[in-house]
This record gives sequence, C-alpha cells and structure tokens, in this order.
Amino acid sequence: MTLTDRQQLSYIASQAADARLNVELETEGMTLNIGPQHPATHGTLRIICRLDGEQVVWAEPVAGYMHRGYEKLTEVRTFPQVTTLVNRIDWLGSFANEVPFILAAEKLMEIEAPPRAQVIRTILFELSRIANVSLFLGDLGVQMGAITPVFLAFRDREYILNLIEGATGGRFHPNFDRIGGLKDDLPKGWIAETRGAVKKLEEFCDTIDDLLFGNEIFQSRMRGIGIIPADIAKDYGLSGPNARASGIDWDLRRDQDLPLSYDLADWKVWTHPDGDSWARCWIRLQETRESCKIVNQLLDQIPAGPVMTKVPRIIKVPEGEAWVATENPLGEMGYYVVSKGGLGPFRVKIRSASFNNISIVPWALKGVYVPDVITILASLYFILGDIDR
Amino acid sequence: MAPLSDATTDETQDDAPAALPGDGVREGIIDNLRSHIGDQIVDTKITPNDDLWIRVTTDGWLAAGQALKEAGFTYFCFLSAIDWMPSPYGTGENDPDAEQKEPDTAIVPGYTGGDTRLQVFARVTDLNRHVGVTLKADVPDDRAVMESWSHLFAGANWHERECHEMFGIGFDNHPDLRNMYLPGDFEGYPLRKDFPLLARMVKPWPGIVDVEPMPAQDEEEAPPAEETS
Repeated sequence: MTLTDRQQLSYIASQAADARLNVELETEGMTLNIGPQHPATHGTLRIICRLDGEQVVWAEPVAGYMHRGYEKLTEVRTFPQVTTLVNRIDWLGSFANEVPFILAAEKLMEIEAPPRAQVIRTILFELSRIANVSLFLGDLGVQMGAITPVFLAFRDREYILNLIEGATGGRFHPNFDRIGGLKDDLPKGWIAETRGAVKKLEEFCDTIDDLLFGNEIFQSRMRGIGIIPADIAKDYGLSGPNARASGIDWDLRRDQDLPLSYDLADWKVWTHPDGDSWARCWIRLQETRESCKIVNQLLDQIPAGPVMTKVPRIIKVPEGEAWVATENPLGEMGYYVVSKGGLGPFRVKIRSASFNNISIVPWALKGVYVPDVITILASLYFILGDIDR
Repeated sequence: MAPLSDATTDETQDDAPAALPGDGVREGIIDNLRSHIGDQIVDTKITPNDDLWIRVTTDGWLAAGQALKEAGFTYFCFLSAIDWMPSPYGTGENDPDAEQKEPDTAIVPGYTGGDTRLQVFARVTDLNRHVGVTLKADVPDDRAVMESWSHLFAGANWHERECHEMFGIGFDNHPDLRNMYLPGDFEGYPLRKDFPLLARMVKPWPGIVDVEPMPAQDEEEAPPAEETS
C-alpha cells in the first residue's frame, strides 16, 4: 500500500513533534500501540498513544477494522430485511437496535403497533439493556485485574439470554420486531420465568455493587479520572449513560413521545455531577436496577390482544423522511430513514452511540497516565460493531 | 450500599415527565433563525407534533449551525450526506427473471427540496427544550466542498471524515480528513449511488420473491417455495 501525501505529511509532522518533545523535555517520546487485538479494547479497536514518560500527550483511536457497510446494504434490501442487519450493530443488545428502525418505518407508514406489542417490545428492550450492561459491569473488573466479576456476569447474563431466546428464538440476534408489531406472542410461562430471572439480576447488581464499587482499588482507579465536563460532552454528542454521568439530564425513554410503554412504569433517570470514570460506571449500575424495575412493573401490565396490526403482505413504505432515536444500552441510537415509496429504503443513516462516544477519546486521553487509558476506555464503554457499523 | 459521592443523591432531578415541545416551539425556532440568517433559509418543513427540517444555502451552512448553537442547540447528534440520484443499478429488490425496467434517473429530492445531487444534513438537539432540528444544505455539483462544522461542534470531526470518505464531499477548515474505514488509496465513494455493490451484482438477491408464503393465504399468488432459499 502506498502512502498518500497526507499520510506522509502527517508522519513527518509526528516525527517532528517527537523530536521537539525530546529537545524540550529531555525525555524520550514513545509511541505506544494498543490493539487492534487486545483484551482492553473490547474488540478490534486500535489506539495509538504518544507518551512522554508515563503520560499520554496524544492519542488517536483507529476504527474501521469491523466496517461492514450496513448503510449501503440497506439500500438493496426491503424494509423487513433490514432488521437482520441492524441486529448486528450492537450485538450485546441486539433487540434494542431493531426497535428504532421499525418505529421509523411505522412512522412513515402512519401505523402503530397494538398495545400488547408495545409493552412486550419495551420489556424485551429493557432485557437487552440488562444483558448488555451486566456484561459491562463484569468486564469492568477484568480491566483492572479482577477476574471474579466477569464470571458472575457471564453466569447471570445467561438467565436473560435464555429469556430472550425463549421469546424470540435467538440468543444474540432475535430479529423479532416486525413493522406493525412482533413476530410472535410470548411463550407460555415466560412471564413467571422473567420475574425469577430479573430477581437474580437484581441480586447480581447488589453483588457487583459490593464487590467492585465498594472495592478500594476500584475506587482509587476510577474516581476523579477521565473527567468529561457537560459542555464538552454535548459538543462531542456523547449520549446515554456517558452524558448522564456528566450531569446532563437527558434520557430518550422519558424525553420524547414514542409508542413505547415507559410511561406505564415508575422509574427514575439517574444523573451524576462528577463526570469521571466512576460516575459513568455507577450510572450504568443504577440503570440496570431501573431496568429491572421497569421490567417487573410492565410484566403486570401486559394488555390482552393481538401482537400484530394489519399490514400488507408486501410492505411498501410511503415517500418521506423520518428520524427516530431510542435510548439504547450504549446511548442514543437513531435511524434517519428516507423512503421513495418503494420496497426498500432509499437511504438509511445509522447514528450509533459508540461512534460519538469514542470520538471524544483523543480529548479524554490527553494528559492522562497509561494505566488510566484502560479504565477510561472501559468506562466509556463501546461496542466495535456500533462504531464501525 | 449507599453511593459514595455526596452530591449523587441530591443532584438527581425529579423524574416528572417533561413537557414535550409542540409545533409552536418549532415555529419559534424557525422565526429565531430567520432573524439571524434570514436570507440564507431556503425552505422549512414541520411534520405536525413530530419533527422540523430547515434547508439553508450552501454558503449559510456554517452560519446556520452557529446560529442554532447560540439558540440552545448545543448537543451535536450527527452529520451525514445523501445522494439523491437513483442508483443506476436498481435496488436489487426486483425479480431477477422479470424483464428489467429502464432505471429511473430523475433526481427527486426529499423534504424541503434540493437543487443538486448531493445534500448534507445534520441534526442538533436542544436538551433543555427536548427538541431537535434536521438542517440540510445543497452541495454544489461542480465543487463538492462544504464549510466544516468541526470547530463549531467537536463531534462533527469524525462525522465529516466519514462523510468525506463515503460521499467524496470535502470540508474546508477540517483539521484532518483522513479515511476512517477504507485504505488510504481506495478509489471511489462507496455511499454514492453510482458506486456498485459488487457482491449484489455478481449474485442477485432474490429480493421480492424472497417472501415467505403465508399459510392458507392466497396460495396461488405465493411465490414458489424453492425460490426462498
């Protein structure tokens, strides 16, 4: 591969910067490459850090190892076929990816799912959040050398995955949401099973709270590290728990009018004023508990009725443009869908949470120490498929 | 166990559902923007109780972003582009055995119109009023370059890099327009409609015939089962 002029220029500039650093500070600058294959990077993200002693003076994430071109692929598929693709964006909370796309298509068609489907959608949405974030909470320990939490997380996440598999048939890629409702109704006994599993997950949250958040090493590695102020977070478009940890009171489950059943449950949006790594992790722990609460309350309120409204067998979406975003486990996930009245979308812009959440890394890593790089990245929490799409 | 930060429990806001913005708020946004950059606004569209689109001129792109940011739209959501030319290769959804129709080549823009093939659009949100705006602007056909938003919203940096790589739209005053996903010497702009999706051209997708027949529902119209592989 030949280097383009721009790459060559940037290489020369970086060499010059290194030389300048050496002269001014009389230390030897070093370039540290983390990844693409590294346990601390949650997948194939590569981070290039330029170090001065133990301090990072410049950092740059290199994404693109998992780019699958979903925006192009949606243009040659029909609307119902797109859910299969978007499942694979954030693979730990797949069902949550389907919902905003289906809602956008429904908005253009001016139909709405029946109430029973809306409640079941919300329950499955929250279950995928629990599955996603519980793995994050376990994985958090591994980043700092604590192995036990990840085993607990994998064990307890399995209860939720079994439920998702029981209802949808797929553990990781449910492909269950349909334009106009859901593929199937819930299986017999699923509601009782869910109550049991949610109880186990609530216990898991308490265990992690004691084991990890109460741990002195964890606290000293997390508190006051990687502080992101609210205005910087807004500027970069940080969303979800990362934004709420910086004190931004913004939750798309509460702050917009979508045909989902969050208003049926009594729950709370947590924010934290600190904006450090600790706050980001703590917010996620609290949100898992809130999700358990939402699921528990909604299980009592599933109305009777069909799970599918009347839609034509071959779905044509009327001409128009729609933007729908939901509060996914990782943050604001939205689809800008343009339809030309055909069978498939004309253009789909996928706004994934991790893309914006990771674009702050060059800012957030400037001036931190090398061990903190790992904890800051861990607390920002990204899924590679969600960055590259 | 109680959270350790003293401020944590006090700082959390009440969870009373916030009032959702009505169309009056959206009209107010347009009026406010008109008072700042009135001559740059080309067209606006409000879908009732839903969303707001504003199209500005190419030259007004940066000024519109600036005015919106000052009006409280401080949260940067996304920036991307759209190619309004219909794909000359079709959508791949057609029956491969059927007679191929002449591909449609007329450029038909979407909401708020458009005069050129490429259009950039971005979304910014006001987190206090819970309202978002989709801003659009035409990209000139002869010189596909826009003013960069990266000094206005830091998050636009990566979005513009992606846009440059996928649509071939340049951004003036952008600090670093390197490729994000593709190799540096990659030729072509994948998300433009005239960039062929080779995998689909080599083996056509069953598309429209790939519809599961519904049990006991107009069986004679249902496509043959062997096509649904």
